[in-house]
Amino acid sequence: MPSRPHLKTYILIAIMIVAGPTGNLLIAKGMRQAGALRFWPPGQLLHDFLRVFGSLTIWIGIASLLTFIVANMLALSLADYSFVQPAAALGYGVVAVLAYLVLHESVSPLRWLGIGVICFGVAFVRNTNPNTTESSS
Amino acid sequence: MLQLVLFAMVIVVGTGGELCVGRAMKETGELERLHPGDAASLIWRALRSQWLWIGITMMALAFFSLLALLSFEKVSFVVPVTALSYLVGALGGIFFLGERVERQRWIGIGLVCFGVTLVLMGK
Repeated sequence: MPSRPHLKTYILIAIMIVAGPTGNLLIAKGMRQAGALRFWPPGQLLHDFLRVFGSLTIWIGIASLLTFIVANMLALSLADYSFVQPAAALGYGVVAVLAYLVLHESVSPLRWLGIGVICFGVAFVRNTNPNTTESSS
Repeated sequence: MLQLVLFAMVIVVGTGGELCVGRAMKETGELERLHPGDAASLIWRALRSQWLWIGITMMALAFFSLLALLSFEKVSFVVPVTALSYLVGALGGIFFLGERVERQRWIGIGLVCFGVTLVLMGK
């Protein structure tokens, strides 16, 4: 009989779903503002990285991704990795919506369908036993 | 070619890093209450685990690869493709973390991979 995940597991996954895509989006926006990275010569790469990390958008994006990482760590203390990771995939839908609305990227119908299938897969995973290992505590 | 290498870094190294972090958290214990103090205490204890630092290093490598990818690819393409890490993650969960991945979870993971393929075709 599958055990039910704690409410706090769901709350942490919800934080991951919001903070992860937001971070990715902000970093994408910051990278777009900074322009493509040039990998050669090495001095040019260093110069480009310094330019990237001078962007406030990039730093807010990093803060958002750090929030995601902390929520992810806490969720992993409560549930399986193979449960938490797919459940957090609902963030892919959030990414597409934000990319469409904020970055004005075109998202094809096939890509929307793919995102829908990903979310359907997540629903399957959600109905499985969240914790199949015992914590050492 | 560079695009493939960067995707491999994000998917394989990034997932490996997350698995290491997962192992560190399993060894550290459960979050008792959803309270900032408890969360900080748990994270602090987890910082003593070598798995956490190995995981963070691998995730940092994957993060810089993601940065590079996002500089020339669309976010709505890059991020869903990284969902291939579900397959790597499930295998890592079984062999590295000792998780039992039941049939329904595999079906879910298969659907996620199929969704990723559709996203690739929709580029």
